[in-house]
Amino acid sequence: MADPALEARGLRKHFGDTAAVRDLSLSVPRGEIFGFLGPNGAGKTTSMKMLLGLVRPTSGSGRLLGAPLGDPAGRARVGYLPEHFAFHEWLEAIELLRFHARLLGLSRVGLEAHLSGLLARVGLAEAGHRRVRDYSKGMKQRLGLAQALLGEPQLVFLDEPTSGLDPLGRRLVRDVIRELRAAGTTVFLNSHLLSEVEVTCDRVAFVKDGRVVREMAIGAAERDLEVELRLDQTSPDVLAALARFGRDLREDGAFLRLRVEGEERLPEMTRWLAAQGIGLYHLAARRPSLEELFLEIIGDGSLVG
Amino acid sequence: MGPSSVEAGGRAAARRPGILSAILTVAHLTFTDARRKRLLAAALALGAAFIAVFAIGLHFIARDARARMAPTQQGFTLGFVVMAALYAANFLIVMTSVLVAVDTLAGEIGSGVAEALCTKPISRAAVALGKWLGCWMLLAVYSLVLCGGVLLTARLVGRYTPPHAVAGVSLLLLEGTILLTLALAGGTRLSTVANGVTVFGLFGLAFIGGWVEQIGTMTTNPTARYLGISASLLVPSEALWQLAAHQMQPPIMRDINLTPFSPASVPSPAMVAWAVGYLLVALAAAVRLFDRRDL
Repeated sequence: MADPALEARGLRKHFGDTAAVRDLSLSVPRGEIFGFLGPNGAGKTTSMKMLLGLVRPTSGSGRLLGAPLGDPAGRARVGYLPEHFAFHEWLEAIELLRFHARLLGLSRVGLEAHLSGLLARVGLAEAGHRRVRDYSKGMKQRLGLAQALLGEPQLVFLDEPTSGLDPLGRRLVRDVIRELRAAGTTVFLNSHLLSEVEVTCDRVAFVKDGRVVREMAIGAAERDLEVELRLDQTSPDVLAALARFGRDLREDGAFLRLRVEGEERLPEMTRWLAAQGIGLYHLAARRPSLEELFLEIIGDGSLVG
Repeated sequence: MGPSSVEAGGRAAARRPGILSAILTVAHLTFTDARRKRLLAAALALGAAFIAVFAIGLHFIARDARARMAPTQQGFTLGFVVMAALYAANFLIVMTSVLVAVDTLAGEIGSGVAEALCTKPISRAAVALGKWLGCWMLLAVYSLVLCGGVLLTARLVGRYTPPHAVAGVSLLLLEGTILLTLALAGGTRLSTVANGVTVFGLFGLAFIGGWVEQIGTMTTNPTARYLGISASLLVPSEALWQLAAHQMQPPIMRDINLTPFSPASVPSPAMVAWAVGYLLVALAAAVRLFDRRDL
């Protein structure tokens, strides 16, 4: 189990002259909840499709649960919820799941209990014998989620899983992700809702123009702090000395702001200020939200499109 | 996860379906989907209406023929009416074969259904072959009901059975299968409507080619004849109908050679071998095109 659930090395995809993905290199260890973030058109869905064997990479390689990309064997324990889940709408929900189970090669023993359990888990227990075409958009998305959980996959891809869901549905997705984490399942989550990514993911990668530009853990210890100070003097010498405690020092009205790497920097800073006889009137430190980081890393300009 | 999945813990040993099992599952799914969309019911209901019209018409024609015509003339008349019904059945089989397959890949690629299928641990070839098999089963049921209905009606109402009926119906099914396979292959790259226009266009090409060949033969113009034969090699549908028509008409019609069902230039039996080879190549192309397609 030491090998990663998912690995990509230099995956590229060109559509004609346009490069949708320039360089996708990442590794997702087993059991991790991994968030894949980026603006629209950054190549997130194409990347996901390359990993799932739906799109053939122009170059590069990768492995899915130990099998080379594109090898059906690698998909035996993979669940996938596409952004817009579509299936043969004339089937009843339970029939649809039954067909998917057969395509996964699941044993018939205990299958019906598994299927009704999944329908109940996504809140569709009463609607199992209704045709999918009579489902609302949110119900279809829930059914798609049930489908992605068939056969207890080891790796689940969720492409914008909360799109089309009401707050209850979004909460369901969040709970399901938590349960998957508890069961040791790896989750690859593609989402725009950064507040949700923040509460569910262990690690995220930011994608811009078809490249992974930054990867980081969401865990508290590893994220920079944004520090806000108000001092009684801001001479160039003081500023230069303060800048050594962190980076991106800037003046903002009466306040000074800077980024520091760990909270142990804060007492160091106050001790230094006291030693220099500089008056400290205000000090506040907080972790920037994922949204702020997103805007910082991706840049406002990329948000259109 | 909840108690349900604890119950399903044995499922951890998930395995992949074999290729045959995957093909049969996709075929079953395709067939079920078409049945649910009432495609089969509509085809069979209209097919039954078609046979009813034919049966009533044949009843009166046969009654008058027996009352007023000499036996040779009677045979000719009944043979002609049955050929007309088979010609109409041929046309319906052609239409149905294209309509059944035109959307099965093209539509599902467009809607995203293909994504859900192709991320399962099965090969793209299994998906394409399963689709083909599901569509073919629909076509086979429809063709056999339609042709069987015509032949049974001819026998019961007109007390007439065309010669080589089994061989003839097999040729019609082969013709439909080729068009179905072309529509499946086209559907890997074209949208549903463009695909339908293309396959019917190819059918039209073969159709006019067949007529050019016949008239070229009658007027002994080798250029026209070879042009027609070339069109038949490109799309063998019309040649297969000509061959089937030649087989299933009474010898007297063949000898008079003046009805639209009596080809002046009978396609060579080698055309059947060509058509079978053509079918296999078209199916292989459909599988390969779908395998290379980004979804």
